[in-house]
Order: sequence, then C-alpha cells, then structure tokens
Amino acid sequence: MVTSSFQYYAPTSVAEAAELLEQHGEDAKLLAGGHSLIPLMKLRLSEPQVVIDLGRISDMAYIRDENGGLAIGAMTTYAQLESSDLVAARAPVLAEAASQVADPQVRNMGTIGGSLSHADPAGDLPAVAIALNARLITSSTGDHRTLSADDFFVDLLTTALAPNEMLNEIAIPALPAGAGSAYAKFGNKASHYAIVGVAAVVSLGSNGVCEHASIGVTGAGPVATRAAAAEAALRGSRLDDAAVSAAAAQAGAGIDYLDDIHASAEYRAHLTSVFAARAIRQAASRAG
Amino acid sequence: MASSITVTVNGAQHTSEVEPRLLLVDYIRETLNLTGTHVGCDTSSCGSCTVLLDGAAVKACTLFAVQADGREVTTIEGLAPSRGEFHPIQVAFWEEHGLQCGFCTPGMIMSTYGLLANTPNPSEQEIRDGLSGNLCRCTGYHNIVKAVQTAASNMG
Repeated sequence: MVTSSFQYYAPTSVAEAAELLEQHGEDAKLLAGGHSLIPLMKLRLSEPQVVIDLGRISDMAYIRDENGGLAIGAMTTYAQLESSDLVAARAPVLAEAASQVADPQVRNMGTIGGSLSHADPAGDLPAVAIALNARLITSSTGDHRTLSADDFFVDLLTTALAPNEMLNEIAIPALPAGAGSAYAKFGNKASHYAIVGVAAVVSLGSNGVCEHASIGVTGAGPVATRAAAAEAALRGSRLDDAAVSAAAAQAGAGIDYLDDIHASAEYRAHLTSVFAARAIRQAASRAG
Repeated sequence: MASSITVTVNGAQHTSEVEPRLLLVDYIRETLNLTGTHVGCDTSSCGSCTVLLDGAAVKACTLFAVQADGREVTTIEGLAPSRGEFHPIQVAFWEEHGLQCGFCTPGMIMSTYGLLANTPNPSEQEIRDGLSGNLCRCTGYHNIVKAVQTAASNMG
C-alpha cells in the first residue's frame, strides 16, 4: 500500500518543529513512532500534505526523576517504558500497560506521546495517564501549556491539542506512599488493542481505609475517561469484596459505550465493571 | 520532492534518492533488491517484514525509508557470518523444522534475534510473547518455539 504524496520535514529541535507546525497547521501531521499514523495514511484515511518527523530531535526521548515522580519525553517508546527501572519504581502501572501494547516490534517504535496524541479509543496509555493524574506539557511557537490528562482527551481521536501545538512531555506526580496500581485489559486477540482496559491506583491509610483512588477506563467508549463515581465509592471504604464490586459496577457511569464488530455496547458495559474490579483488586493487593 | 538518505544495510552503506512516502520494506526489496524481507499483510500485523533497526526488531512495512536515514538496518540476508554459512538461529529453524512454507520465516528469525538479544534464555511463555508480532499460518508454532529454544541453547 502506498500513501498519498507529502512533503517531508525532519526538524532537529522542538523549536524548529513548532515553527513548521505553525507554518503548516492543519495540513501537517507529526510523525512520532508512526504506528498509528502510517497505517491510517496507507489506507488514505489520513492524507497530510506535510509530515513532520520528530525522530531527529535528540532530546525528546527520556525518563527522568522529577520531584519523586517522573518526567517522560513524548518520543519515549513503549519498549523503553517497559524496561525502565525508574518507571518500574515510580509508576509500575505504566510499565505494565506498555508491555501489553501490540507486540514487541510495535513497542520498539510506538511512543507514549504518539499514543496519547492519537487518542485512539482502544489505546492503552490514555487510561494509565488518567489513573496516574498525568500532566501533559505541550508547546507551540513561543508558548507552553500544561493540561491534565482529564482535559487532554476530548473525543474519538480528538485531543485538546491545537493544530499548531505538540505534546512534549508527560509529567507523572509521585504516587501516594504505599500506593498499589494495576492495569487490567480485555484485549483483542489479533491486534491486542483494548476492547476494555482499566488502570487503577489506590492507597490505604494506616487504618486500612482507602485514601486515594484514581481509575482510568479505555476502549469502552469513544474516548478514555476517568471513572469518577467508582473512585468516590472507593475512597473511605475498606476495599473489601463488596465495596470493590459496588465501586466497579459504577466504573462505566457516563460512558457512551462503543458498539462494533469486536463487542456490543452491552458486552463492553459488562467488561468495564469486570475489569475495573480486577484492576482495583490487584492494585489493592499491591498497596501497603 | 525526493529526499536523500544514507542507510547502512547489512554493513554496507547505501545513499539513495527516495520519495518520502517510500516504505522501508519497499526500499529494501525494490531499491536494494534484498527480497528475503517479505511483505505479508502490509498492515503491521503479520511481522513477515521484520528487520532490525539499530538492533531492535521493527516492522518495515510501517516505517518510511526516510526514517532510517543515518541508521543501521539488518535484514535476513545480513545474519549469516559468510556465504555458505548460517546464523545459529537459521540452523535451529532448519534443525527443528520450524517452518513449512517458509514465507514467515525471515520475519520469525529477525524477531527471534531481537528477543534473544534482550532475553538470552527465554521461557516458553517469553518466546511466545516475543514472537506475538509474527504470524505463521502453517506450523501451529510448536516447532518455531522449539527452534528458538534450540537457538538460545546453541548461542548460550
């Protein structure tokens, strides 16, 4: 398959990339790992006139300590996330989810920034970004913005990024002391895309009562969302079986379920509560 | 508008003028005439186009050749130490009969190379996960897993 023709630019700095994006705006697409964009271009569902390859910018792939949390460059690959000791220590759910994306070859190319910016409804990392309360740092010519993951994901394949704006860094705050986390997914057998995926982070107080709960859901609806009702139900509870089941039953509250060849809306609703319960239970078992 | 790229493929440097939309797999097969890398699904599912890019296994149907500018690519033709010899992974696939029609085999071998570089002594599950990006429609995978186990033990 051959894509439409395009003009190709390979900037070597973020400033240069932002300049090109300013110049070409909606006619341009940013190329990160390319594993979402190139398949769409081959099908001619996407026909950008300009492709700006971020692969030549040397300082966009990094994983750094930041105030006990993490600062992750947008061009960091899934493979780098799953093999990083720092990610394993600070945000293990991110490594857990990254290791479940597609297959090894895709994980060697696909990037966290590309995944989040593409906002595929079946992508794994959007749910994790929400559960980790990530802040997404963007740049455009002469400007920066910081967005919460909740505000970043707007709708199907749609983010809050303006046409002249790119995602630079994902900042993940330090987890509460003793927090446990988990990602549970019902994946498509062929593509490994999430039919439903749930990322959960919980922490317990010294009295065994849940103090922190944050849960992101992907695959179920057109866009990854926070399971706010389930989080509220968990906080202050002892995370016993009944409490977890009751909270998980609310994980899909407000989701406009997708209904397609892979799963009906009804089945996705069922999967959402089942996988929310699994993610919460596993997270709780790791907390302490 | 053509772009000039310089890519080191199997140790030899090639400089070419390419259209930016040329896929890496088509560059390898059509421009360099290295047809051991196959195109199966052309949708980054089957893995028969797997090559190494700076040592990491990637699907060459889902990269533009311009993305490989200045980088090193290894294809199935580049694994054997010399003409008439095979790489231990190739020997293991032969000995264990890890193929039937052979179409997926170059991709399987390149993925195996990537797997063993990171995990020299993989468990069966690690082998199956490591090859999850490669589809074989003939073998049912059992002999492929055996071949990887044999390769790991011969290389160890």
